[in-house]
Amino acid sequence: MKSRLTRFAASVALGSALVVGAGSMPASAQEQGGELRLVVGSDIPSYDGHIESTFGMIHPIRPFYSLLIRVNPDNPSSPTDFVCDLCVGEVPKPTNDGKTYTFKIRKGVTFQDGQELTSADIKATFDKLAFPPDGIASNRKAYFAMIDSVEAPDPETVVFNLKFPSGTFIPSIAMPFNFIYSKNDLDERGYTWHQTNVNGTGPFHFVEHVQGSHVTGKKNPNYYHEGKPYLDGYTSLIAPKMSVRLQAIRGGQADIEFRGFPPKARDDLKEALGDQIEVQESDWNCVLIVTPNHEAKPFDDPRVRQALSLSIDRHQGSEYLSKIAIVKTVGGIGFPGHPISSSPEYLEKNIIGYSKDIEASREKAKALLKEAGHENLKFTLHNRGVDQPYKVVGTWLIDQWRRIGLDVEQWVQPSTPFYATLRTQKNFEVSLDFNCQAVVNPIADISKFLPSSGANYSYFEDAELESIYAELLATGDEGKQRELFAQFEKRVLNDLASQFITLWWYKINPYRSYVKGWKIAPSHYLNQSLENIWIDSAERKKQLGG
Amino acid sequence: MYTYIIKRLLMLLPTLIGAAILIFLLLRLVPGDVCLLKFGGEGSYADPQQILQCQQRLGLTDPIWQQFFDYMVGFFTFDLGVSMWTSQPVAYEIAIRFELSLQVALMATFVSVVIALPLGIISAAKQNSWIDYLVRTFSIAGIAMPSFWLGILIILGLLIGSQAWFGRPWMPPIHFQSFFVDPVHNMSQLIWPALATGYRYSAVATRMTRSAMLEVLREDYVRTARAKGLIEKVIINKHALKNAMLPVITIVGIEFAFLMGGLVVTEQVFNLNGLGKLFVSAVTQSDYTMTQALVMLVVAIFVLMNFLVDIMYAWLDPRIRYS
Repeated sequence: MKSRLTRFAASVALGSALVVGAGSMPASAQEQGGELRLVVGSDIPSYDGHIESTFGMIHPIRPFYSLLIRVNPDNPSSPTDFVCDLCVGEVPKPTNDGKTYTFKIRKGVTFQDGQELTSADIKATFDKLAFPPDGIASNRKAYFAMIDSVEAPDPETVVFNLKFPSGTFIPSIAMPFNFIYSKNDLDERGYTWHQTNVNGTGPFHFVEHVQGSHVTGKKNPNYYHEGKPYLDGYTSLIAPKMSVRLQAIRGGQADIEFRGFPPKARDDLKEALGDQIEVQESDWNCVLIVTPNHEAKPFDDPRVRQALSLSIDRHQGSEYLSKIAIVKTVGGIGFPGHPISSSPEYLEKNIIGYSKDIEASREKAKALLKEAGHENLKFTLHNRGVDQPYKVVGTWLIDQWRRIGLDVEQWVQPSTPFYATLRTQKNFEVSLDFNCQAVVNPIADISKFLPSSGANYSYFEDAELESIYAELLATGDEGKQRELFAQFEKRVLNDLASQFITLWWYKINPYRSYVKGWKIAPSHYLNQSLENIWIDSAERKKQLGG
Repeated sequence: MYTYIIKRLLMLLPTLIGAAILIFLLLRLVPGDVCLLKFGGEGSYADPQQILQCQQRLGLTDPIWQQFFDYMVGFFTFDLGVSMWTSQPVAYEIAIRFELSLQVALMATFVSVVIALPLGIISAAKQNSWIDYLVRTFSIAGIAMPSFWLGILIILGLLIGSQAWFGRPWMPPIHFQSFFVDPVHNMSQLIWPALATGYRYSAVATRMTRSAMLEVLREDYVRTARAKGLIEKVIINKHALKNAMLPVITIVGIEFAFLMGGLVVTEQVFNLNGLGKLFVSAVTQSDYTMTQALVMLVVAIFVLMNFLVDIMYAWLDPRIRYS
C-alpha cells in the first residue's frame, strides 16, 4: 500500500508539472480585477445543483455557491485532498468507530440576500440531499445512503451520524453539486425555488441569466476566503457547437473553456496563437463502457462477452485514438492512478483484454467463440450520437471485433432515444454506456457495475458481486478496501465479463495564457468556483488590444 | 375584398389546428422523454422513483387524450405553458430570442432584396450578354452554397484575415446585445449571418426576378410601350417591374417566414441565440411544450406571410379580385 501511495504521489506531482505556470506565482503577483469570459457547451436546465448532473449548470452556477468541504482548489489533481470550504480547520476525522463526523462552521458568512449562514442551513441542505421529502428530487440521494442523521446542536456545529463507517462519505460530501442553501429559503420559498432562483454564499453574486445566451456574475465583496475572488466578475457564454467555442478562444471572444477539447483542436489553437495559448491536461474521471445486454442471446453467455473484451487492443488503441479523440489511459474499473485502483502491471497480468500480446488474446477469443458456437457472430453496437468520444470509440471497437471475424454494425441514436433504449426499451444487443463522475470516489463510482445500481443496463443478477460490494461499502480499512475492490473488479471484468472498459477519457484544456491561477482537475465538474483565477491585464492587452 | 380577407383569416384556423394535432402526435412517437434525459443524461444513476415523479409533475404519465386535451386548451387560450427543460414560461423563452431572429430575418431579407432586384432586372434586360452570364453564375453559386457553409467560410476568413492584417485574430461576438443597447456590438455580430443567409436567398430571388422580368418584357403591352417610343428605363420601371414582382414577392415572403424559424444550422455556426437554436435544443431535449410552441409559431408565421402575400397580390395587380 505504501509503495502504491508513493507512486500515486509521484503521479500527482507529474500531473501538477503539466500545469505549466498555473498557480505557481507568489500570492502578491495575483492581480485583482478584470472579467473572465468562459464558454460552455451546454444550456442550463435549472440552477439547482441537487437535481442536475450537467457541467452546463456547474460551470456558470457553481461560483455563486459554497460547499461544506471541497476538493483542494490548490491541488485539484489529487483525488484524495479535501479541504474545508464553509467549515473551519481541517476536514474532521471520524469518531465513534468511524460513524460520526463533526464539522465546525464559519462565522460571518452571508448569503447574497444578506441572510447569515448557520449550521441550520448545512443541516437543511444535507437533509434535502439525503432525505428529500416525497415528490422532491435529489439526484445524489444514493451517495448519502450511509447517513443516518444530520444534527445542528449549535449555530456553529454540524454532526453527521453514519449508519456504518464509510470510505465514500467524505468524497460524497465534497461533490460540487452539494450547493449549500439557506434553510429559510427552503422553508419559506419551497424546495423547488432554487431551480429558478439563485441565493448562495459563493465567491460571486448572481447578476443575470439570459436563457441560451449567457450568465453573468460579479464579485462577492463579503466572500469569506480572504483576498478572493481576484476577478471583478465573469460571463459564462453558452455555445453548444465545439467549433464556435474553439474559434471564440482563437478570435478573442472568450478566454477559456473548462470541459475540454480534442487533441486536434488543441494543436490548431497552438498553431494559430503559439504561446498565447496555455494547455493543461489530465486523466479524466469518465470512461466509456461496453455493455452487453445479458437478456439478448448470445450475450447471455460469458464466453461470448469475454471474447469481445479479449479482442480489444487497448494499448494500441490508446496510442492512436489519443491523437484524434478525448480518450487515452488504459485502466480498470477504478480511476487510473487512484490508490485503490489496479495498476497497469496488475491489469496486464490478471485481467482479460489487458495483455500486450494481442495476437494470443485474439486467438483465445476465437477459441471461446468457437466453444460457444458463435464463430461468425453478427450483431449491432448501439451507440450515442455524440462524436467525442462515442462515435470515434464505437468505430474503433467495430474494427477490433472485425479482427476476430465478427460482423458488427453501428446503430447511433440521439441522446433521448439512446437512453430510452438502454433504460426502457432494452432492445439492443451491445451498447456503449458511460460512467462519468465528479469527485474521484472509486468505491462509489464502481456502483455503476452493480446489477442493482439502477444505472447498469446489462440486465443481469449476481449475488456474489452484490455481496462483495456490500462488504466494500461497509469497511473503513484501506487494505481491506483494496482487496475487496480487486475482487469486485475481477468478478466484473473476468468471471462475468458483465461489462468491460474501453479507454479512460483524457481532458485537454487550451486557454488564453493571460488567464492565471486555474488548475485542472480530473473532472470537468471540479474546481469551478473561479475564485483562484486572475487575469494578467498587461498580457491580455497585448493579446487582445484595447 | 373584405369578404375575401375574412374568409382567408377563417381558413387559417383549420391549418393551425391540423398542424397542432400533427406535431403533438409526432413528438410522442419518439422514444424517451425529458425526464430520462434530465436525470440520467450524463450516464449517472437515475432513480426510477425520481424519473416517475418528474414525469408525473410534467403530466407525461397522464393518458394521451388527457395530454392532448390540456394542450388544446392551452392552444385556444394562448397559454403556451412552461418549458419542460428549464421550467421557465415558454412565452418568455421565445420572447428573449424573438428580437434576434426578427432582426436577422429582416436584415437577411434586406440583403436578399438589395442584391436580387437590380441583378435580376439587369440580367433580364441584358439577356444573353456577359452581364447576364455573370449574374447567373453568381446566383447559381448562391443556390449551390448552403448558407451555414458560407457562414463557416466567413468566420474562418475573418479569423485568418484579421490575424494577417491586424496581427490578432478576430471573430464576431458570440452573444447578443440589442441594437438599442449596443448597436456596434449588435451589428458586428449580426451582419455576417445576414450576409450569409441573404446571399443564399438573393440567389433564388435573382433567378425569379430575371425569369419574371423576361416573361413580362415579352408581353404585348411592353411591345406597345416600346412602339410608342418610351425609353427602356421607363418601360422597365413603370410598366414591367410591378407586374414582374408577383412571384418575387411570394418567394421573398416565404423566405422571410423560413428565416424566422428555419435558420437552424446558421444560428449554430454563428452561435445566435435565436428561435432556430432554441428549436434544436427543444427537440434534442424532448421538451414537448417548447417544441410544440415553436412549431406552432413557425406555422403561424408561414400562414400569416402567405396571407399577406395574397393581399399584396391584389394590391399589385388590380385585376386580381377574390370573391
